[in-house]
Amino acid sequence: MSVIDVPAATTKSRRKIRRPDLASQWQLMWWKFKRHRLALFGIVVLGLFLVMALFAEAIGIGPPGQRDTAYVAGPPMLPQLIDAEGKFHLRPFVYGVKPVRDKVSLRMTYQVDTAQIWELGLFVKGAPYRLFGVVPGDIHLFGTDKGFIHLFGTDFTGLDIYTRSVHATRASLGVAVVGVLVSFILGAAIGGAAGYFGGLLDDLVMRIIEFIRSIPTLPLWLALAALLPRDWSPLATYLAITVILSLLGWTWLARTVRSKLLATRQEDFVLAARLSGCSDTRIITRHLLPSFLSYLIVDTSVAFPEILLAETSLSFLGLGLREPVESWGVLLFAAQSIRSIDQAPWLMIPGAFVIVAVLAFNFVGDGLRDAADPYSRS
Amino acid sequence: MSALAEIPVLSVNQLSIAVDNDGTPVPITDDVSFTIGRGEVLALVGESGSGKSVTALALMQLLGAGLRIARGEIVFETHDGFRTDVVRLGAKGKAIEALRGARMGMIFQEPMSSFSPIHTIGAQIAEVVQVHEKVGRAAARARAAELLGKVGIPDPVGALDRYPTEFSGGMRQRAMIARALICKPSLLIADEPTTALDVTIQGQILQLLRSLKREFGMSILFITHDLGIVAQMADRVAIMYSGRIVESGPVRDIFRHPVHPYTRALLDAVPRLGDIDRGRRIQPIAGAMPNIFDAPSGCRFHPRCPVRDMPRCAEKLPPRAEVEKHFVECIHGERELAK
Amino acid sequence: MSALLTVDHLSVRFPIRTGTIWSKIVGHVHAVDDVSFTIMRGETLGVVGESGSGKTSLGLAVLRGTEPSGGSVTLAIEGRSIPVTSLDKRDLRAARQHMQMIFQDPYASLNPRMTVRDILSEPLVAGAGKGSYGSRQQIDALVVDIATKCGLSRDQLNRFPHAFSGGQRQRIAIARALVLRPALVVCDEPISSLDVSIQAQILNLLAELQQTLGLTYLFIAHDLAAVAYVCNRVAVMYLGQIVEMGTTRQVYFTPKHPYTEALMSAVPEPDPDAERRPILLSGERPDPAHPPSGCRFRTRCPYATETCAALMPPLRPAGDGHLVACHYADDLKLRGALELRGGTEAAVQTNG
Repeated sequence: MSVIDVPAATTKSRRKIRRPDLASQWQLMWWKFKRHRLALFGIVVLGLFLVMALFAEAIGIGPPGQRDTAYVAGPPMLPQLIDAEGKFHLRPFVYGVKPVRDKVSLRMTYQVDTAQIWELGLFVKGAPYRLFGVVPGDIHLFGTDKGFIHLFGTDFTGLDIYTRSVHATRASLGVAVVGVLVSFILGAAIGGAAGYFGGLLDDLVMRIIEFIRSIPTLPLWLALAALLPRDWSPLATYLAITVILSLLGWTWLARTVRSKLLATRQEDFVLAARLSGCSDTRIITRHLLPSFLSYLIVDTSVAFPEILLAETSLSFLGLGLREPVESWGVLLFAAQSIRSIDQAPWLMIPGAFVIVAVLAFNFVGDGLRDAADPYSRS
Repeated sequence: MSALAEIPVLSVNQLSIAVDNDGTPVPITDDVSFTIGRGEVLALVGESGSGKSVTALALMQLLGAGLRIARGEIVFETHDGFRTDVVRLGAKGKAIEALRGARMGMIFQEPMSSFSPIHTIGAQIAEVVQVHEKVGRAAARARAAELLGKVGIPDPVGALDRYPTEFSGGMRQRAMIARALICKPSLLIADEPTTALDVTIQGQILQLLRSLKREFGMSILFITHDLGIVAQMADRVAIMYSGRIVESGPVRDIFRHPVHPYTRALLDAVPRLGDIDRGRRIQPIAGAMPNIFDAPSGCRFHPRCPVRDMPRCAEKLPPRAEVEKHFVECIHGERELAK
Repeated sequence: MSALLTVDHLSVRFPIRTGTIWSKIVGHVHAVDDVSFTIMRGETLGVVGESGSGKTSLGLAVLRGTEPSGGSVTLAIEGRSIPVTSLDKRDLRAARQHMQMIFQDPYASLNPRMTVRDILSEPLVAGAGKGSYGSRQQIDALVVDIATKCGLSRDQLNRFPHAFSGGQRQRIAIARALVLRPALVVCDEPISSLDVSIQAQILNLLAELQQTLGLTYLFIAHDLAAVAYVCNRVAVMYLGQIVEMGTTRQVYFTPKHPYTEALMSAVPEPDPDAERRPILLSGERPDPAHPPSGCRFRTRCPYATETCAALMPPLRPAGDGHLVACHYADDLKLRGALELRGGTEAAVQTNG
């Protein structure tokens, strides 16, 4: 391009005292990333999910396994600010509910009782728990002074969907993080070896990757998951599922690592380092790796939603994680039947968590992709 | 110079192109004015970042995203009485599309990327005719073959069915010239057409452009940074620096009596084949061309100028002086031109 | 003057690979084919040629940036001769302090992730000079010294390459090549990606550094005028072979090879009154993977005969150290750069 070279950083530097000439790669990437609004938004959302996963006990309302027999298959209870008489309340509240037997179907339903007002409070005392299994506590993010609140309703056994969704964040993101990590290590090692050594190994690895990628994923997952003994503990199943997902997920990363390695090895600055007598180790650690690390991070951010969705699909089909482990997929498993969709559509709310998480990962991935090469001249 | 060259094909008046910088327009070119006469070759000379390429793109309303014409007019008129202001036509619509590729042709530096690799050369050249004229496929192919022959491609009929990747760089550049000329444009815009080519191939292409110019009677706007090509190809020269034309005039005047200190410095900076015999030393120009976002006040060349008169040169734009079609924008211009 | 660099029958072959499942070698491109020359201490040898002539491969092979497939490269340093082509990996790394390279594109040749200071000190800290340059302060002093010599200021050292223009980047690249104080510097098209006004700065800087640091250059370029400006001797390459070599004067003013003549005539002289009598070569350079038989230039040579197709002409002496590879070097009346420009009208003859 001979038109006009407008480095993005220079245009910014006129407003703030920012020294792009002194800025390292990560600083430039951060500046570029910050211009991407959706990506910033995604980061915030992911941050919230992380907090949710870490402090699930405090953010949830009670123990996730606690059944509320007074409110079975009850609809979501929405916090209100204005009551039935039009009076404004400073503190949000929920109306009480009273059980009513449906005269035709003879099912229990719940009716809003505007006479009862249960006020909500932040950081209220509730059921005791042990944070990270160690730190004792009994403060919950929010709760009611009397009565109860089931923000997203309850299922057919009276379990609180909100609390369970919050707790499920742990398993779902956990599988995704561990899965991506294992894929990352496998992909980086195998792709790196293929790209660095080349020759027969490269050919072999590429053919294997092509083979794995040509297998339809869903049947393969099903087959592998079916191999897992049914009598394994939930934790063992959990680990096995993670490993299965990463065994199939490393191929994309191996390809990226290989092609980036091949491309970067051709760069003049790598040749220059070699010609000035630098060792192979130095060239790899100082020149090659930093050059494509940013691209790897991008690819990794794209892999998260894939593994997340894979876990959700498997669990939804009943072949992945199983009760009592809670993941979004496991929760959605309960929303499979016509009966549940008809009588308790709120059972699908955990699906919203999946959608929000996947979108957030994709936004962040987009932003990272734009920022990955802060030196691009176009 | 022939009398025909007095009749302008293109008159660019006070053209300013701006780039959008987070909402505020920053001028890339400023007050650019020049004319190209019939059958004339005007060389627009400048270094990278001088704004010569955006000027060329603006002539055909091909400015990319973020760039726009802020001011000025581009009057284009041909021998058959057609007359229009390209700026008014806008970047989209039938009027400008009818102009592009038909009345104005353009060739670029990179012959590799200017053809789609998935269509044959013949299809891509014939397409141009079919878009602009009501001719059948066979007639368009025949025209394409004729043009390929004219630009010196061996076996032009066979070449129609070949793909761009089967052509070498020089051959692809010839095919691009054929595509640009197939509708017999009145003006050919050539943006560094030989920069990517080897010197012996460059010689062939320049020779070809010269003979085609005579045959088609067209005018050429030749954009380049190579003063050797300018000397060989151009009738008149306009020198651009940091978005402004600082000097323009007939090629002999510019090379024999350069007035603007930048033009002089440019000529002194180029090594020549005969230097070893004459013991000439090249004189570099200190510093570098300013970034458009930090363009200096007053004369934009003053920070690098050996004959600047401070603070005058930094205060306001120097006046434009003219003697016999030799324009120069320098405070010493009037005095130097009189010599 | 003594020879610093001796290149003897050097060849570089690149395999051509194809294959559906397993890649296999189906042939070779002879990028450099049996090239021999010497460079004297303090001299600049220019290598000119068009794309595909193998001039860049030659430069890389001399430094073993590309492994040669045959021939030898010998460097004479402080009375010792270093057989570059037969050194093992460790010795080669050490030998690199005597030979360095300046690249064409200063945007690609500097790691954008390192500061200028890190770039310049890398050869001393982690490269060929590792462990022999003393403390951090001593190394920094050397870095500042070479940066200053190349026209960079001390406060620029903390910046990253993206803050610099093309010309300044090339200064950084030159400083990196010279920080080890090499004897031989291979300059691979050091000015061709720069603007005209900057080219002159870099050419003059290279000339100045050659004087002050006693450097020897192998100067690879396609810009004949620039080569004439900086080189004492010139080698002209075509399809991997040297077709003509001699002093700049010999090659430019009394060329003996038709390709040299055509090259000289194709350079557009920045003078509107210069006579234009370009010898337009027909066709384009053949595919280096399938060079023509006999003389490789014969397919484009206006003087070619059957002999040229049958026999490859050797590079042979043509008087005063002038070497040429043409069967008809003694018979052809070729025109040099000055005659082609109309310097001496009488000598200009129209050629068929």
